[in-house]
Parts: sequence; structure tokens; C-alpha cells
Amino acid sequence: MSGPLQLEVSDLRVEIASHRGVVCPIDGVSLEIAPGEAVGLVGESGSGKSMTLKSILGLLPPDAKVTSGSVVFDGSDLTRMPHSQLNRVRGRRIGMIFQEPMSALNPVMRVGNQIAEGPRVHLGMTRTQSVERAMDLMRRVGIPEPERRFRAYPHEFSGGMRQRVMIAMALSCDPELILCDEPTTALDVTIQDQILRLLAQLCQESGTSLMFVTHDLPVVAQVCHKVAVMYAGRIVERGTVQEVFTRPMHPYTLGLLRSAPDVDHPGHSLEPIPGSPPSLASPPSGCRFHPRCQFAEDDCKVIDPPLRLIEGDRATACLHYERTLDEIGADT
Amino acid sequence: MSAQAILEATGVQVSFPVGSALGARLRHQQHLLHAVDGVDLAVSRGEALALVGESGSGKSTLARAIAGIQRADRGQIKLDGKVLPAHRRSRADQRRIQMVFQDPYSSLNPRLTVGGMLHELLRVHHVVPRPEVESHTGQLLRMVGLPEDAVHALPRQFSGGQRQRVAIARAIALRPEVLVADEPVSALDVSVQATILNLLQDLQAELGLTLLFISHNLAVVRHLCDRVAVMYMGRIIEVAPTEVLFESPRHPYTAGLLAAIPRMAPGDESGAPAVKGDPPSPLRLPTGCRFRTRCPIAQPVCAEQDPALTVSSTNSEHSAACHFAWTASPANVAETV
Repeated sequence: MSGPLQLEVSDLRVEIASHRGVVCPIDGVSLEIAPGEAVGLVGESGSGKSMTLKSILGLLPPDAKVTSGSVVFDGSDLTRMPHSQLNRVRGRRIGMIFQEPMSALNPVMRVGNQIAEGPRVHLGMTRTQSVERAMDLMRRVGIPEPERRFRAYPHEFSGGMRQRVMIAMALSCDPELILCDEPTTALDVTIQDQILRLLAQLCQESGTSLMFVTHDLPVVAQVCHKVAVMYAGRIVERGTVQEVFTRPMHPYTLGLLRSAPDVDHPGHSLEPIPGSPPSLASPPSGCRFHPRCQFAEDDCKVIDPPLRLIEGDRATACLHYERTLDEIGADT
Repeated sequence: MSAQAILEATGVQVSFPVGSALGARLRHQQHLLHAVDGVDLAVSRGEALALVGESGSGKSTLARAIAGIQRADRGQIKLDGKVLPAHRRSRADQRRIQMVFQDPYSSLNPRLTVGGMLHELLRVHHVVPRPEVESHTGQLLRMVGLPEDAVHALPRQFSGGQRQRVAIARAIALRPEVLVADEPVSALDVSVQATILNLLQDLQAELGLTLLFISHNLAVVRHLCDRVAVMYMGRIIEVAPTEVLFESPRHPYTAGLLAAIPRMAPGDESGAPAVKGDPPSPLRLPTGCRFRTRCPIAQPVCAEQDPALTVSSTNSEHSAACHFAWTASPANVAETV
């Protein structure tokens, strides 16, 4: 990890007040992204991965509040920034790509104008300049015939093309960081492949950092350098993609890896993780994964394990991570 | 193959009218979208056949036509040698093919308890004598791994995985011969997905079910199914035993589809995508081969002649609909592009 960090999330906590008491979907999440790095955030539904991404840009639903922690981007804390100032970061220095492009795009605005809006508002371009830029971006993300497509509306585009429009919008102001929330989940596999390649190439060319939220581990393996695994509002393991996916140090990561069929290694039986994710209103004592963990000991029920560094960038929140490693070792 | 085929579809065609009905009447012609355009398919008893393809390829429509909930315009669906009517099937026929849907949140009646749902089915279809309905319900719940007190619960009290178990219980309650599962695990988290896949596998073995499994997730298909049929724009373009298809695909679309799967081993993302472009509009299909606009090995002949599904000379279970399926190697061609 060289140079200053692009983004540093530390000890972030988000609370939602509900009629059944305070629910805490994000409970002490820390995350770092270096310039030019692609970091994946994986976990199952309800683990808080999307919520973490939304809280970075202050896009939380109205009843959710950041109660402690900070999100430091270029020296300033985004969670304490007034909206007027945050608006100069959103879309300008941090781009966003959402899962469902049909609901993220304005249905009654021509796609070209939607792409051109950012440069006009944020970079002070004239109309002609911004239109030219939009055409150029459309070409870069692989939208054929930009001159004609410029005047189209989102409904005239296919899912893959809409997602390309989203990418062009995210790139329109040369952001330093792009946040992606399941950008390919709604797409077909051949289109997903096209979009992932495009994202990886564009980020490599321009040195943009990427934060990539998904539930699909192979997608992370294709795009990201580093990965953080979330469970019940916490990060339970962190490291390089290669390390985490081949030598997991948390039983939950192992469970995720073993429950998904691997297209290249058929014939393995699937081993689902027993039980179901805990209620966030009343999480289990100690380690939140212990009721489902095959290696749980008595101390796991009492001690709430913090995320601790093991070697280099590798961190785990498991008291007995050696057992997961042994299990993997016994396998191979 | 056809000797022990339990389910046989021949020349099945399903189309939907598009555009306004008034406009159609004024022009004296109705535009039709052929979602399924002449499909032949045979499924053997007890096998698990996967139907894969991208959205809009017609895989769900074909499945619905087979299950009798979507009327086929043309073609024939035979179950055990008996032709099933395209719609208004008798109860006895309905019972033999059952379906599990993708979204367990919308495919269950939110106002009906699990017990209410299953009791009604068992009574209406006379699956078991009336006094045994209750005990049989308990048995069904045990089979799908739900606690017996689930009888009194409403669908909203369950998680997604449990709801899918309820949907499976509902389907197997009628003791069907064929179970059609349309993306049954796509809406589920990966660890829950594993439990449902294991359940389907166990039930299939236990009950001798024939499974028609529709999915876009090729890793799941490779794990679960014996044979795979690949669909593109309303047609089946390749059929083969699972391992044959994954090891040596003969249609360039299949090869591209396989190459596009994200893999756990970090790949080289700088190269060209496996399949270029978007699928064509189903209302303006290309002439000749439907895949030629995206095909890396397309030749002039592909624009003129529509390739038929032809059987391999070396493996009678492998067929593909490409002019070059048995001459060039599309897998190799796709790699070098």
C-alpha cells in the first residue's frame, strides 16, 4: 500500500430506528482503497454491503443515520460534509454505477443529455463541449453510432447498453473513484462479460479506483485485486483476492466458497452453511457467526473478535482462523 | 432415445402478438413475436435436462408451454406417448407436470397458510384419501426439510429459501412425473442456493423425477444436470450430455457462452469479450442463421441458409445447429478471435 489512500472508511456505524428498536446494519466497518485499486465487497443479502457503499456518498434512506466513524476522501470526512459540498464530490470525483440502470436513469431525458449533464454542471463545459464529450464517452464505452444514439431514450436501449450509459455517466467527469453496486447482476452472462471487461479496461487506462459490491465471488475474482467479506454488518475477512479465495481465514468465507458450484470443478458436493443469517435487531453474543460455525468453541460465544491483521494486508475476525486454514490444507 | 423418452416436444411454436390490436386490425395483419420458434426436444425418464440461454431466448416460454400454462400455437407435446392438449388440460394431465417458479415471493398465495395450500391440492386432486390428507401434508413438509409447525405459517413468515421449499412441496404434492423448475435458485443467496440444489437432487433420486431445469447459471447447470440444451432466439442450437457440452461445445454461441462465465481463477480481462454485441431484436431476426450477426466465424452461407440441428457423426447424443459445427472447431475459433 503505497502513497496516500483514496478512500478510508473507519469504524463506520449506521443505525436505523425502527418500531422494534434500533437496528444496526453496519457495525464498525473499516475499509481502505488505494489509488488505482479495485476492491470487492462481498456477502449475502442483508450483510450490509450495499448499505456501506451508500453511506459513503450520503445516499442512505432517510431513517438510517451514520452514528459514528468516518469516511475520509482526500482529507475530508464525507459523513460530516454539508450537502452543498457533498454535491461537488458526488458525480464529480466519485462516480456511481447501480444495479438496475432502468431505474437509475431518467426515463424522460435523452441518454446523451444525461451523460453530458455531469460535465456541464461539474466541469463548467459549454453545451457544445459537453455534447462532444458525451459522444466521445459513448464511443469509449462501446455504444455504436453515438451520433444517432445520443437522442435516444433509455427505454430504447437494451439492458447492456443502458449499463454502458451508466458507465459513461460515471466516467463523464474523470472521477478518482467509482462505486459499483452489483452492476452486472441484472445482465446476461455474455453481456456481463462485456461490461466487466470494459470496466476493468477503463479503470486500468485512467487509473481510477473501483469499489465493487456484489454477491458473486467469481465476478470479484475477475475484476478486483482485493476483497472484503461482510457478514451481519461487519467485515469478517480482508485480503487480496488470490489469498482470500484460495486460503480463506474465516469459516464464513470458506462456507461461501464451498456452497457455490464451481464451473471448472464439477462433481464436488455442495456444502451449504447451516442455519440462516442472524437478525440484526438482536445479533448473537460474541462472534456473530458462531451459531453457524463448524469450528466454534466456547470462547466464540463470549468474545466478540475484532478484525485483526495477520500478515501483510491479510485480516480476519476469527479467533480460530487456523482451523479454516487446516481444513483447506486437508482438502488439497 | 425416443423409446424411453417420457416427454417429447415436436415443432413447438409459441408466439405473442405485439403492437396495438387496433393497428393490427387496420393493417389486416398482426405482428407476432415468435418466442419459441420450432423446438424439438426429448427428455428421458429420470434425467435432469437443463435449458440454458440468455433472457429472451425462449427458455421460460418453452417450459411454460410444456407445463401447459402457455398455449403453444403449433407443435405437439407428448407425455409418455400421449399427446397433451395445448391448453385446457385435464386435471390428471396437469398433475403429471408440475412447476417451480423463480420468485418464491410472488409465486405463493400470501393469504394462504402452507397447510391450507397443500390440503387444497391434495383434496382437489384426490392424491390421498381424505382422512390421510393431514398426515400426508406433514410428510411432504418433512421431505422438503421444513418443520411440521410450518403448516400454520403464512409465506411471509418464511425466508426466501424456505419459501422455495414450500413451492417445491406444492409441486411434488401431486406426485408429478416431470418437474419443471424455472430458475428456482436465481433469487436466492449462494448458501441458500446450495441447500435448494441439494434438495432437488435428493428428491429427484428419491422420487425418480424427471427434471427440466431452466437456468442461466452454467455452474449450477453443470453441477445438477445430465444433459444441456442451449437456446438462442427461440431455437435450440445445441444439445449434448453436460460434460460433452462443457468440454467440447460445437456451436460458436455455446463456446462464447462458456467463455463468458466469470471464473474463480483470475482471468485476463484485457482481451476481447467472448461474445460481441447484443442479441438481435426478436421482431427483426437476421436472415439465415440467427446468431450470425454476433458470430466470430460467420461466412456468406450463414446469411443465406438457416442451419438445422444436425447430429454429430461420432456421438449420436450431440447435435448442433451450425453450418460448421462438425467441420471447424468453434471453440478454437472463439479463442483466437
